[in-house]
Amino acid sequence: MKKLLLEAEIIENSVVIPQVRRMQLRAPEIAALVQPGQFVQVRKKESTVFLRRPFSIADADTEKGTICIMYRIIGKGSAEMAAMNPGEKISVEGPLGTGFSLGEGRPLFVGGGVGIAPLIFLTKRLQQKKPIVLIGGKNKEETFWTKYLEEYADKIYITTDDGSVGQKGFTIQAIPDLLEKNSIDRIAACGPMIMMKGVAEIAARYKKECEVSMEKRMACGIGVCLGCTFEGKITGRRRKVCSDGPVFPAKEVFK
Amino acid sequence: MINNRLAVNIAGIQMKTPVMGASGTFGFGIEYADFIDVNGIGAIVTKGITPLPRQGNPGVRIAETPAGMLNSVGLENPGLAVFLQEILPKLKIYDTPVIVNISAGTAEEYGQMAKALDVDGVAGLEVNISCPNVHEGGIVFGTDPKAAASVTRSVRENTKKAVIVKLSPNVTDVVQMAKAVEDAGADGISLINTLMGMAIDIRTQRPLLGNITGGLSGPAIKPVALRMVWQVAQAVRVPIIGLGGIVSAEDAIEFLLAGASAVAVGAGNFVNPRAVEDIAAGIENYLQQKKLQNVMELVGKMCIE
Repeated sequence: MKKLLLEAEIIENSVVIPQVRRMQLRAPEIAALVQPGQFVQVRKKESTVFLRRPFSIADADTEKGTICIMYRIIGKGSAEMAAMNPGEKISVEGPLGTGFSLGEGRPLFVGGGVGIAPLIFLTKRLQQKKPIVLIGGKNKEETFWTKYLEEYADKIYITTDDGSVGQKGFTIQAIPDLLEKNSIDRIAACGPMIMMKGVAEIAARYKKECEVSMEKRMACGIGVCLGCTFEGKITGRRRKVCSDGPVFPAKEVFK
Repeated sequence: MINNRLAVNIAGIQMKTPVMGASGTFGFGIEYADFIDVNGIGAIVTKGITPLPRQGNPGVRIAETPAGMLNSVGLENPGLAVFLQEILPKLKIYDTPVIVNISAGTAEEYGQMAKALDVDGVAGLEVNISCPNVHEGGIVFGTDPKAAASVTRSVRENTKKAVIVKLSPNVTDVVQMAKAVEDAGADGISLINTLMGMAIDIRTQRPLLGNITGGLSGPAIKPVALRMVWQVAQAVRVPIIGLGGIVSAEDAIEFLLAGASAVAVGAGNFVNPRAVEDIAAGIENYLQQKKLQNVMELVGKMCIE
């Protein structure tokens, strides 16, 4: 798929919760191409950090020509981005990587933390397949994602570490029950590695196809620096998170 | 199309521009085809190839640092056989010189690689004796002038291609290393490879890199690279490919003025995938402003008086 490098105008850079921002960018060429699970690498001109920052696409609107990323303010790079205003431009490289396979049947999407962002776009694109979305967060504040999912998801389930909303505990504890009560054909997950490993194990036990979206430190985002590679468990080959992935069959990642 | 202002001949390799993609940051060139015209650049310097495939180092391999980055990739590559069978044929579609970066465990192995790569489609070899991330080979040869000379001789005896030796900055006297490889038959010298460095996460009190140490690249190393290029340019007659922290045409022009006949862009490609092309255009612009006919008129022209 063709990759582009362009200066995109920021249309929105709003506060979702104090540490999370939602940035909408005018990038019609990327919006037209991007598939759920793919990402972009962004960088502010004259940034004080050296490398681009990878963000998965949380939404794309082909009519308006916009793409959306949702990001947590963690370090200098994201803090710089958070300080930018609508009207300013930011360099965007993308779409990058290989996204989710948009297969047949009813899907269950499992997300944790900022890993929920690409699942919004995925749920939107697969709305017809009546996706069930299960999200996990620390507390009630971290479940704001439902606001962006409810338009597209058939059902949303929530777990929180403190039980302040939804089921108390982790997403993986909630999955077996979901699989028993709903007709689900396949699973896709994005979140912390430990969560995705748990999802992959349950999927294998229930004989459901499962994909996971990986995150690893990367520099280039296009498969040249080899900062993000791992050994594929099915293929036995070196796989690049940035270009062969970030989405892989769960068995390629976890055995 | 050959632009006469930018055309250079480095160690017998005719290049359309003096700007190439540096080893380990440019893949095999193909990866940049969406961003640049691969036919229009100076040369592709491939990811480092070893006799057998290498998995590279475990753990986190990339850490950002002030004005640059550390890497501890450790020469992950598909090996010589796969390069020859699968990758080189794909590169032949481009009308751009391919310089193959090679690493090995012994001087004999370097020679064997040179022989195997003495084939159509290869313009030259960049002999890597300066990778800081592997235990065998690599920097072992890059810090001892005698070992560096013996690797260079072994490669020289086994190929008709241009032999360019890539030097490490992790030495006390880079000039001594440069002279040693020139005397042993190198046609050109590229410098610098990464500077050995490290970083620690003070929250976890653990190193940021899985391999603990790694190679520092990016603008942070540019002044060191520039100084070394200038010192080596005073001491050798063979052409120098300057690299280390180049992200702009201004950076590249500094290297040319210091004595490099061409430059390579490394980590800069990660930030701007069009860097190799943008920098060549910037150099051309500068040549026009200075009313110079060819880039070689800039080489080593730093005014000291």
